[in-house]
Amino acid sequence: MIQDLVVYAVYIGFAIGMLMTFGLILTWVERKQGAVMSDRIGANRAYVRLPFTQVKLVWWGLFHGLADGLKMLVKEDFRPKTYDWYAYMVAPWVAFTPVLLVFAVIPFGGVLIPGELIPPLADWFGDRTYTMQIAKLDAGLLIVFAFGGLTIIGCMLAGWSSSNKFSLLGALRAGSQMISYELILGLTLLGLVLIYGTVDLDDIVRQQSGVVLGVLPAWGIVLQPFAATLFMAAAIAENKRIPFDLPEAESELVAGYFTEYSAMKMGLFMFAEFIEIAIIAALFTTLFLGGYNLPYMHDGGFSFPGGREIHMNHGAVVATQVLVFLAKVFVMCSFQILVRWSLPRFRYDQVLRFAWKFMFPLALANLTVTAVAVWLLRTVNA
Amino acid sequence: MTHKRYRRKAYWNRPTMGWWERLYLPEILRGLGITSRVFLRNMGKWMTGRKGALTTYYPEERRRDYARHNRGKHVLTQRPDGSPQCIACNMCATVCPAKVIEIEAAFDPDDFAHPKYPARFEIDYSRCVFCGLCVEACPEDAIRMVAEVPNLPSGRRLQMWIGKEELLTWNPQRDVAKPYPPKNPPLQGEGRVGMGSASRPALAHPAADLPLEGAGVRPPTSASTRVPQ
Repeated sequence: MIQDLVVYAVYIGFAIGMLMTFGLILTWVERKQGAVMSDRIGANRAYVRLPFTQVKLVWWGLFHGLADGLKMLVKEDFRPKTYDWYAYMVAPWVAFTPVLLVFAVIPFGGVLIPGELIPPLADWFGDRTYTMQIAKLDAGLLIVFAFGGLTIIGCMLAGWSSSNKFSLLGALRAGSQMISYELILGLTLLGLVLIYGTVDLDDIVRQQSGVVLGVLPAWGIVLQPFAATLFMAAAIAENKRIPFDLPEAESELVAGYFTEYSAMKMGLFMFAEFIEIAIIAALFTTLFLGGYNLPYMHDGGFSFPGGREIHMNHGAVVATQVLVFLAKVFVMCSFQILVRWSLPRFRYDQVLRFAWKFMFPLALANLTVTAVAVWLLRTVNA
Repeated sequence: MTHKRYRRKAYWNRPTMGWWERLYLPEILRGLGITSRVFLRNMGKWMTGRKGALTTYYPEERRRDYARHNRGKHVLTQRPDGSPQCIACNMCATVCPAKVIEIEAAFDPDDFAHPKYPARFEIDYSRCVFCGLCVEACPEDAIRMVAEVPNLPSGRRLQMWIGKEELLTWNPQRDVAKPYPPKNPPLQGEGRVGMGSASRPALAHPAADLPLEGAGVRPPTSASTRVPQ
C-alpha cells in the first residue's frame, strides 16, 4: 500500500515537473526557434548575475522565461469592474487545470519493477509491477477528451465575466472553434481505435511495437498517416494557436477572451497554452509515434524484423523509454512551433469552413475506409 | 433608371490557384519545408561556430557597412580657430521632436562677429530618434550627423549624454562645404577683435569687402535691398 503511494507520488512529481519544465522551456524555444527560422538572433538579453561578481550568465537567453514569470508575479493585478467576480477569478484555473489532468492517462514508460530497479529496496517492494502512467484507466482516450473538453469552459467563463465586448467576441469564437475541432479530433482517432480495438493508451502503445508489412514499425502514423495529419491540424486549432488563433487575434480583438486579465491570471492562460503544446505532443507521440518505445522495441529489449533479438536489462529499458518519450515529445513540440512560425492566420469564416467542409468530410472518409479495411482484413484472416 | 451590375475588375496578374494549390496540404508542406530548411541551415551555422543570423548584437558588435549618409552621431562643425560654429540660437533644440538637445548660451565679448556661443551643448542619446531635423534646422551648418554610431559613455540610460567636447572631436580632412583644415587661417587677428579696440570692426559678412571682379558681378548685399531680376 505504502509502496504504491510512493511510486505514484514519484510519477505525479515527474509528470508535474515535466509539464512545468516544458511550459517554461517552450516559451524560450518558441522565441529562439522563430528567430533562427527568420535569420534573427532572438531573445538574448536577460541574464543572471552571480552574486558579488560581475559574471553574467546569459545562456542563450534561457532566462527570459524566468524574467517573464517574475514580471507576471509582480505586476499589478488589475481587475475590471465586473458583476461576476467569482467567475472572473475562477476562469484561469478552469482553463489551466484540465490541461494538467490530461497527462494522468498518458503513459511515459513501460512496466516499472521497482524491486529490480533499486536492489536495496527489493524486499520492501517485493515483486510489485507498475505501468509508468499515473492513472491506468481502461477509458484512457475518453478521459483525454473529457478533460480536453473542459478547457473551453474556462475560456467561455473568462470571456463572459470580463464585461468586455472584445472578450465576449473572443470567447464566442473560442467556443465555436473548439467545439468544431474537438469533433474532428475525435473522428480522426476513431480509425485508430478501430485498428487497435482499445482506448487504453498503454495498450495502444504496446500494440505499436510490432511490425506491419514485414519491416515497417506498426506505428499509428504508418497505419493512419492521413488521420495523423488531420489530428495534428485539429489539435493545433484546439489549442488556438496560429494559424487558428482567431479567439485572440490581436489585430481584431486586442487579446480575445483574456483581454481583461493581467499579471499571473493572464500568465495562467499563457502557461496553459504552452503546456497544452506539450500535451498535444505527448498525445501524438502516444497515438501515432509508438509512444515511449523506439522502433521494434518492447519491454524486454529489441526484436528486429530479421528475427534478431537484443535483450536489455530492466534499468536500461526504463531509462531508454523515459528518455525516448521526452525526446519525441520535444520534437513534436518543435514541430508545432515550426507550424506556428510558418503559416499565416485564417480568416474567421475560413476557420469554421475549413473545419466543417474540409476536415470533417475527410475525417469521415478516413473512418469509413479504415472500417472497411479492418472488416475486410478480419474476414480474410478468419 | 438601370443599374449596371458591378463587375470586379480583372487584373492581368490576378493570382489563380491550380488544382495542386487547391489541394492545400501539399503547399502547406512545401511552406513548412522552406522554413525548416532555413532553420536547419541557420542552426548548422550556429553549431559550427559561424553566425546564422543577419542581425547584429548592437552594442557589442558594429557593422562596417553603414551607408555613407547614415545618420549616426552628431558633430559640431568648427571655425578655423577651433571654436564651435554654433551660435546657440536653439533652433535645433526647438525642432527636436524628442527634446534631447540642451544648449546653454553664453556671451563672448571678445568675439565681435559671433558674440553668442554655446557654453554647454549636450545631447541625450537615450532618447534621440536620429531623425536629422536638427541638421535641417541649423542656420549656420553647425550641427551635422556623420555615419559612425555614437560612442556612448555608458549603457545606463541616465548617463547616455554626450557633451560639447565629444561633439567637437570631429576633424575631417576633406569637406565639401568648407576647407578642412583651413588653407590660410584669415580671420586670426581680424575676426577676434576686442570690443574696445579702435581698429576697423569685423564685418558680419566676410564677402562684403571682396574686390569687385568685373562689372557684371554684383557684390552680395542684404536681401532687403536686392532687386528682383
